[in-house]
Amino acid sequence: MGALAIDGWFTVEDGVTHLLGTRCADCGTVAFPPRTGFCRNPRCDGSSPARVRLSRRGTVWSYTNACYPPPPPYAAAEPYTPVTLAAVELAAEGIVVLGQVTPHLTVDDLRVGMELELTCGPLADGPLVWMWGLPAEAVTP
Amino acid sequence: MTLVAGAGMHPWGKWGRPFVEYGVAAAREALADAGLHWTDVQFLVGADTIRNGYPGFVAGSAFAQALGWTGARVASCYAACASGAHALEIARTRILAGLCDVALVVGADSTPKGFFTPVGGDRPDDPDWLRFRLLGATNPAYFAMYARRRMALYGSTAEDFAAVKVKNARAGSLNPNARYRKAVSAEEVLASPMVADPLRLMDICATSDGGAALVLVSDSFARRRGLSGVRVAAVSTVTPTFPNTVLEMPDFATDSSAAVAPPDRPFRPSIAAAAYEEAGVGPGDLSLAEVYDLSTALELDWYEDIGLCARGEASELVRSGETALGGKVPVNPSGGLASFGEAIPAQAIAQVCELTWQLRGTAGARQVEGARVGLAVNQGLFGHGSAILAIS
Repeated sequence: MGALAIDGWFTVEDGVTHLLGTRCADCGTVAFPPRTGFCRNPRCDGSSPARVRLSRRGTVWSYTNACYPPPPPYAAAEPYTPVTLAAVELAAEGIVVLGQVTPHLTVDDLRVGMELELTCGPLADGPLVWMWGLPAEAVTP
Repeated sequence: MTLVAGAGMHPWGKWGRPFVEYGVAAAREALADAGLHWTDVQFLVGADTIRNGYPGFVAGSAFAQALGWTGARVASCYAACASGAHALEIARTRILAGLCDVALVVGADSTPKGFFTPVGGDRPDDPDWLRFRLLGATNPAYFAMYARRRMALYGSTAEDFAAVKVKNARAGSLNPNARYRKAVSAEEVLASPMVADPLRLMDICATSDGGAALVLVSDSFARRRGLSGVRVAAVSTVTPTFPNTVLEMPDFATDSSAAVAPPDRPFRPSIAAAAYEEAGVGPGDLSLAEVYDLSTALELDWYEDIGLCARGEASELVRSGETALGGKVPVNPSGGLASFGEAIPAQAIAQVCELTWQLRGTAGARQVEGARVGLAVNQGLFGHGSAILAIS
């Protein structure tokens, strides 16, 4: 397995990717990326968030792509194929998390409200990043 | 009450000169417009630019030095796209506090070609750097996600988005300060290259050089000097209320609504609502509005967020022609960002320049007949928004 593009935001174990967030021990507010210190709920005095794994499935809140290579610090592949992005709503956590979409999917394969599942894949310069892909059962073998 | 006694702009473009030059040109024009001299100014507030080195971070001082030190007090502020509005609010509150009578607000930017990129250097603790590094998520990517969601929720179409551009380009063709002064057809918009699906090149605002300035005075000073002006009836610089469930640039995720239900009024509608409340007016009182059309689709969102129509009805409103020049409530009579491109720290000030000229009745070929109440709204990165209500 390749190195992760950022430490502490996601984990890949036995080929299964999880986003890592935090949950406030006092009020239950979830955060991604994980946070230290005070809870962001302004009416909560919690200051000891616990590390949690977030749900691996959610529904598409919205999506887009980058038809032109994004500028540095993004490492764009050459030749460039459009990066697809999806913002996915995780019901249990009540949050929407943005991520790249696996390279074999394009905007034409996506629609608002469809279910996606977390996976991971490499950036053009090597390190792994979390990605949204089709749920396992939807991928034809 | 605070009055806008003078407004000035350096034309938008890609001029490739230092931002201070644009700011000084705009400031001089605003002062001449007010019939005042730089030496009359007691307080200068600069809206910062973050891509022009140290002078950009201390814009108030950079402009004051270029205009010639007079001992005037200065302040500088940065609030992303809302920087100009925050600068205006700082000036206004010092006047309202009775600490000065004449304040100058200046914003100017000099921009590189292409997408806005994060400030240089490796900064893995900065979400604005990380969103580029990990995801390649540019500013248009966020605009495009809002546009796609609008299409999914309300059935808006690429043709509706193009109608916004056509409308704004027509207005911009009448504005000598606009960068793009050519009318365009819907066909041209729909044939322009896709940048971030569903948004095409002509749906997305460019980045521009430009400068804008306002002279604010207390009403007692205006009376003493026989100055007339447009009244600043309200300034809103509210932040979101937790949990903000709309994905905001440059964030990776929204707040969580697991423990606390989302507020009745989401962030964008709350921006104008605070201004309406302060001024004691409502959307039905508006003669015109300048809204922050970072994309064509976002202009439609604003129609609903400022109460020009019910949620989901903005496409019909733009199609009706009521938001075009000559319509019931012209939106972006200046031509908007579609015709200017964005000069970040100057843009919110430029919006108020347009309100000033419209409410005075001196907007020339793009004059909104009988304009009495104008609203300028804006939203930028990191939970910044602004709304300014001006009344003639």
